[in-house]
Amino acid sequence: MVEFLQFTLSGVVFGMVYAAIALSLVLIWRGTRLLNFAQGGMAMFTTFIALEVVYKTGEYWAGFVVALAAGILLGAVVELIVIRPTIGRPELNSVIVTIGLLIMLEGLAGIFYGGQYRSFPTAFSITGLHAGRTPLGVSRFDVFVAVAVLVTTLLLAIAFRYSTAGLRMRAAAFNATVARLSGIRVARVLTVGWALAGLLGALAGVLISPSTFLYPNSMDSIFVYGFTAAVIGGLDSPPGAVAGGLILGVGLSYVGGYVGGGRGSDLTAIVAMGILVLVLMLRPAGIFGGSVLRRV
Amino acid sequence: MRLTPMRRTLAGLAVTAVIVVFLSVKLNAFRDFQIAEIATYTVAVAGLTVLTGMSGQISLGHGAFMAMGAYATALLLAHLGWPFIGVLLLSGAITAVAGAVVGVAAARLSGPYLAGATLMLGVALPSIANAYPGTFGGDQGLNVVYAAPGFLGANFPLTRWQAWVATATALVTLFLLANLNHGRIGRNWRAVRDDEVAAAVAGINVARTRVLAFVISAACAGLAGSLLAMTTALVAPGAYTITLSITLLTAAVIGGLGTLPGAIWGSMVIVLLQTYITDVATSHGLSATVGANIPIAAYGLILILVMLAFPQGLQGAVRRLVAGFAQPPERRGVPGGPSPR
Repeated sequence: MVEFLQFTLSGVVFGMVYAAIALSLVLIWRGTRLLNFAQGGMAMFTTFIALEVVYKTGEYWAGFVVALAAGILLGAVVELIVIRPTIGRPELNSVIVTIGLLIMLEGLAGIFYGGQYRSFPTAFSITGLHAGRTPLGVSRFDVFVAVAVLVTTLLLAIAFRYSTAGLRMRAAAFNATVARLSGIRVARVLTVGWALAGLLGALAGVLISPSTFLYPNSMDSIFVYGFTAAVIGGLDSPPGAVAGGLILGVGLSYVGGYVGGGRGSDLTAIVAMGILVLVLMLRPAGIFGGSVLRRV
Repeated sequence: MRLTPMRRTLAGLAVTAVIVVFLSVKLNAFRDFQIAEIATYTVAVAGLTVLTGMSGQISLGHGAFMAMGAYATALLLAHLGWPFIGVLLLSGAITAVAGAVVGVAAARLSGPYLAGATLMLGVALPSIANAYPGTFGGDQGLNVVYAAPGFLGANFPLTRWQAWVATATALVTLFLLANLNHGRIGRNWRAVRDDEVAAAVAGINVARTRVLAFVISAACAGLAGSLLAMTTALVAPGAYTITLSITLLTAAVIGGLGTLPGAIWGSMVIVLLQTYITDVATSHGLSATVGANIPIAAYGLILILVMLAFPQGLQGAVRRLVAGFAQPPERRGVPGGPSPR
């Protein structure tokens, strides 16, 4: 029972990180109808920048803030320079462009920072918390991870719901032509969407890297989990992305904990792939997906 | 003699074979190894070209199929003691079965979803080697025991024989793929790629056509994996990462996604570029890590630039030069081509 509680809680923590990646993918998907395969690579790169800042200043929070700022900047720059020219071309073009961006960033990280595994600092203690005598399997930092993603998500949701900029973004995602006719600069709105996605990705990178170590390919598996989470929830649905992240995080945590004598942790990726294929076969629009406007 | 497409293909392949045999005798062992590498990549890239360029499906997980072929080869050579040609074909067949399984799932997915699912395959599959170290040797991988056949004499360089085997496989594969592509199956692929609904209305079984493309493409990747196992004498999960899958895609895009001969150009570019850049980097006193990562960054840049500037690839650019820029690009709906809408 204690084990179950531990696996659940740590699953929730990882799930929140997957949710952050999933949300960033959903933000971009709603605006531009393309999947940003470079999202993980961008997060890896901003995390390396954060690590540099932490080394230089010796201050975790400086690195944290720089990572988020770099995420916003990178997202906007990527949209302006490489994504905008592919809009209106066949969808495979944008897939290949974002894939190109992914390995370009991974190659650059390898050139600048080398291929070895770096450890990334945490903001809070990583010793396990206890409820009375029961070990909970999560640390103070894990709680911070979950809360940070939750707060960011809620802030974004509020901004989307109540601010004029949010209304513009929803309008542009809902119907770009009508939005343009109503005087909304759709192109600028898309750039803002990419910047926010970059912010979420950067946040996920800084939060997950203490557990996974940081190296040029370190976000590859986190990205595919985020993608799976987004598909579970439906690529169109922000609440679905969060729910998908939590479902996947907890599910994979059980697999890692309960399956086959320590073998489970090597099999989580395969299990996640199985989940992804099942969802795509049975309910391609995802659990929270709206009407199926386009055939998957 | 009328130059039918098939005769033209045969002539081109024969010329290539003669050039390769000549080069492999004239050049040193390292160049032989490079020839084998280029031929190996050509097999996999040709398969990917068929999948993406002809049938309009994308795979970011072809490295995983190569890994299957390579591990199958290592295990079969160790346990069966068959001649290599048998092991090669069986490895291709095993991968084809895996391709059928993936293809059935893939046939229902479009663009980004399919790309994501295959990327997942590429990320997830190598971890199986770590989960079952008893069979697959874990991180260390498996050694591949392979020797040149005895009738060549004891002094025949192994690398030259490997270059010949890989080249022969590549040429036969290209010939078979070109035949498929010129026939009914190729027409069906292009029909499905350009307009699914129209193809279905014309009586083409869309799902079956797509799955067939996946099976053939996976079999090619399996053959390539088998060849790679033979030439590198080692199969380890570290060699079959997502980077390999994306490298294959880069080669296909450089060569031009609509053209089979492009697979040769693309493979030459990635193999020679990698060696050249690593050489230049180390001779300028840069570390090995930097030298190994510059090509990777370059692939990314190339993918972006080619997609933005020359969506038809090298072969397309050559073709357009030959046509004197007079004709509009003939293919519609090729990834990278003008939008079908």
